[in-house]
Amino acid sequence: MTSLPTPTTWRAWLTADAPASRRQARAASLYQGWQRLRANRLTMLGLAVLALLVLAAIFAPLLAPYSPYAQSLGDRLLPPGSEGHLLGTDSLGRDILSRLLFGARISLYIVLLVVLVAPVLGLLVGTIAGYAGGIVDTVLMRVTDIFLAFPRLILALAFVSALGAGIENAVLAISLTAWPPYARIARAETLTFRGADFIHAVRLQGAGPVRIVTRHIWPLCVPSLVIRVTLDMAGIILTAAGLGFLGLGARPPSPEWGAMISGGSDYLLDSWWVATIPGLAIFAVSLAFNLIGDGLRDVLDPKDSGQ
Amino acid sequence: MSNLLDVEDLSVTFPTRSGEFEAVRGISFSLGRERLGIVGESGSGKSMTGRAVLGLIRPPGRVTATRMTMNGEDLRAASPRRMRAIRGKHISMIMQDPKYSLNPVMTVGRQITEALRTHEKVSQREAKARAIEMLDAVAIREPERVMRLYPHEVSGGMGQRIMIAMMLIPNPEILIADEPTSALDVSVQLQVLEIMDKLVRDRGMGLIFISHDLTLVSGFCDRVAVMYAGRIVEVCDAGRLHEAQHPYTRGLLNSVPDLEHPRDRLEALKRDPDWRSAPSVSALL
Amino acid sequence: MGDATLGKGRPAPLLARWPRKALSLVVTVAVTLLGLLFVTFMIGRVMPIDPVLAVIGERATQAQYEAAYQALGLDRPLLVQFFSYVGEVLQGDFGRSLRTGQPVAQDIARVFPATLELATLGTLIGVSIGVPLGVLAAVYRGSWIDQIARILGLVGYSMPIFWLGLMGLLLFYGILGWVSGPGRLGVFYQGLVPTRTGLLLVDSAIAGDWTVFRDAFSHIILPASILGYFSLAYISRMTRSFMLEQLSSEYVTTARVKGLSEWHVVWRHAFRNISVQLITVIALSYANLLEGSVLTEIIFAWPGLGNYITTSLLANDMNAVLGGTVVIGTIFVCLNILSDILYRVFDPRAK
Ligand SMILES: Nc1ncnc2c1ncn2[C@@H]1O[C@H](COP(=O)(O)OP(=O)(O)O)[C@@H](O)[C@H]1O
Ligand SMILES: [Mg+2]
Repeated sequence: MTSLPTPTTWRAWLTADAPASRRQARAASLYQGWQRLRANRLTMLGLAVLALLVLAAIFAPLLAPYSPYAQSLGDRLLPPGSEGHLLGTDSLGRDILSRLLFGARISLYIVLLVVLVAPVLGLLVGTIAGYAGGIVDTVLMRVTDIFLAFPRLILALAFVSALGAGIENAVLAISLTAWPPYARIARAETLTFRGADFIHAVRLQGAGPVRIVTRHIWPLCVPSLVIRVTLDMAGIILTAAGLGFLGLGARPPSPEWGAMISGGSDYLLDSWWVATIPGLAIFAVSLAFNLIGDGLRDVLDPKDSGQ
Repeated sequence: MSNLLDVEDLSVTFPTRSGEFEAVRGISFSLGRERLGIVGESGSGKSMTGRAVLGLIRPPGRVTATRMTMNGEDLRAASPRRMRAIRGKHISMIMQDPKYSLNPVMTVGRQITEALRTHEKVSQREAKARAIEMLDAVAIREPERVMRLYPHEVSGGMGQRIMIAMMLIPNPEILIADEPTSALDVSVQLQVLEIMDKLVRDRGMGLIFISHDLTLVSGFCDRVAVMYAGRIVEVCDAGRLHEAQHPYTRGLLNSVPDLEHPRDRLEALKRDPDWRSAPSVSALL
Repeated sequence: MGDATLGKGRPAPLLARWPRKALSLVVTVAVTLLGLLFVTFMIGRVMPIDPVLAVIGERATQAQYEAAYQALGLDRPLLVQFFSYVGEVLQGDFGRSLRTGQPVAQDIARVFPATLELATLGTLIGVSIGVPLGVLAAVYRGSWIDQIARILGLVGYSMPIFWLGLMGLLLFYGILGWVSGPGRLGVFYQGLVPTRTGLLLVDSAIAGDWTVFRDAFSHIILPASILGYFSLAYISRMTRSFMLEQLSSEYVTTARVKGLSEWHVVWRHAFRNISVQLITVIALSYANLLEGSVLTEIIFAWPGLGNYITTSLLANDMNAVLGGTVVIGTIFVCLNILSDILYRVFDPRAK
């Protein structure tokens, strides 16, 4: 048995001029991309904010000084910096910091659900269209175009109104409006791979279309979809917050950030912090996603980068 | 007495991810009222040389030279304003592919008159008349009609003749032709070259003819400079090209199929790393 | 791009190619709009609110229920129902709003001008700042102005629009007092000028009543600027990337070789080449503002279509919601098509 490579040999393996295997070559190019990404300070800042968000979500019960639901009408609308309430309290006397920390869970939950649903939907539609071709392709792409032609927020509103308010429905509504671009990407990728030699080879070995699509084409579509999803993440967060703000996302007592802003908007002029602070949180997280997305784009397509 | 153009120790550098890249590495040449050919494989720095003379290397690219004069005037010290007055009026350039080098959303006529009116105070009407005259000079029939066309509506050969008309209308003394026929159909290449050659001769201009085709250059030029990896490796009179010494030049000569002395197969050019490090040969007059 | 064989100098006979293109355009629009109606129709069908109960109330008898069910045509096959829905929509009939008791179409006609005015002013602001900013960012790539454009864009893409609206109100209305608060017009000014276009700025200008104009302006400027900021973020980013592409192309070098000034090179040559693409982007951002106005209108109590849709939504007034959705969707599609047509008309290469 060979021993595990030490860190220095790992690096040597990753930066080798002549990779010995396909796996090594792929790992090496990922490593190079990562190196370039790491040189981008703003992207690293974005990743750091994201890490904070994840930590906040995981450790919310430990970090939060109060329960996010605990009302205390005697302590209502305390400004930031008040005794025991670092970020102040809302109109029901709930601690804003605690609600913010628990709200991170909801944000992450929404993002993860959308990321699990929308690209998969797009992948299905896109690869089927691309692989089947002909009339199936035409019809599916026509449907995709119709969804693309729709204003997204309005469509999401209409969906939520049909499905009823709630986080899961908001997620479903966002996903139903978010899949078309993924379908287009998946279709384009499928078209480039469909005629490739290795697909022919697999077909000659007797693999059926379902197997070819799921085992061989899907894995190839994943990288470009991942990138696009990262770029879309900020938009997803903003749409979710918008639905929450309108009272169509997470339901009232839950500390969803958009809903928190909505709750604070009635007291805006007297107690500015109630609406301002959750907004800053949303801004920070979607900015983080945008910074990461920008960095990724720079690595993948240096032509359009800022420098 | 100074020549039309004198360039000494010209370098063009670009910063890249992996350090500085020297596209042109300290070359020297002069241009009299002659036709100077610059030959070399793709990427050898020919275009960058031409663009450096016109002051068209944009940051972050950098140009350095110990001397760069036109009729004795120092181009390195020229203000941006002066450089604009020189471009077009004194030195002009024809690029490779008219499909890309003509503005797609402007009529041919406007593009030509614009070139004239940048440098001469003439009325729109006179500019138009002169443009038509110029189109006529590059053998374009129905010039009035062509004036109203958009670039995508004309063929490659015609586009390149329009380009020539546009670049020669302010009467420059120096023309840099950067692979002017490489993008054209073989059938029209010669015709375009002849038109250009005739105009350059009639006006007594200096011509820098950039090409990767040694035979073509030797047929049209008085002197030939051979570039390799940003340096001039050999200079010789076009008529005595067969006496060329440098193995790269010989390689270029040998890689051309020769109808009178057919060989079984053409030699692939072998490159010697020493060529890269050898000092640049001067093409000064 | 025309191919080289076009080269004999004769442009292809334009008129001969138009009818086919126009036909395919019409088919595309029709299919897209039909699809749009199908989606809204299906949403209407799967909603948890029983349309029959909504009409007759909870306490109706079974017999009444059956009667209403048939009267509403709900016993017919789905496809038949769909086509009768399409027929109604084509006649401008979106049903009656449960909340206002008025026909939805009438409601929409009443509230739409407010949204139109807001989105138009927002787009004007976005274009007039975003386009020059994008051009400058591309020309001075990597300079401070490029950084500013980039930061403005990043921030714009990351901010919840409704939150920015609230912050704007807090600062410019609450603290500084520079602008008027929510609403479209102060109470003292309402009904002073006759409604001609429904656009208050235009109506008051026509009437020559400048006090009303000033009040309307002080109400609209903040929400319009906030919408304008979002369109600016998008437009400047697109302009920059279009310009970068053009500035690195050969014809720009040609223009420089001719000795043209940078101003000419940038605006007369490069910018002209992106103007058609820009029209598409502006049309798209206009459409997006119509949508973005949903949240902004809530914040600013702006009596427009977005406000109408959300209020109806919260009141479970399905006809109103779907009617509004269809209208905005149709405008979306039309703007897309319009930009496509403009493209064909204005770009010499597209002919
Ligand atoms: N902006 C740039 N950045 C880095 N390298 C460049 C740039 N422009 C040109 N080069 C490099 O300069 C070299 C010479 O280019 P060029 O003069 O165009 O060659 P050619 O002899 O084919 O005309 C090429 O290797 C090219 O890759
Ligand atoms: Mg070249």
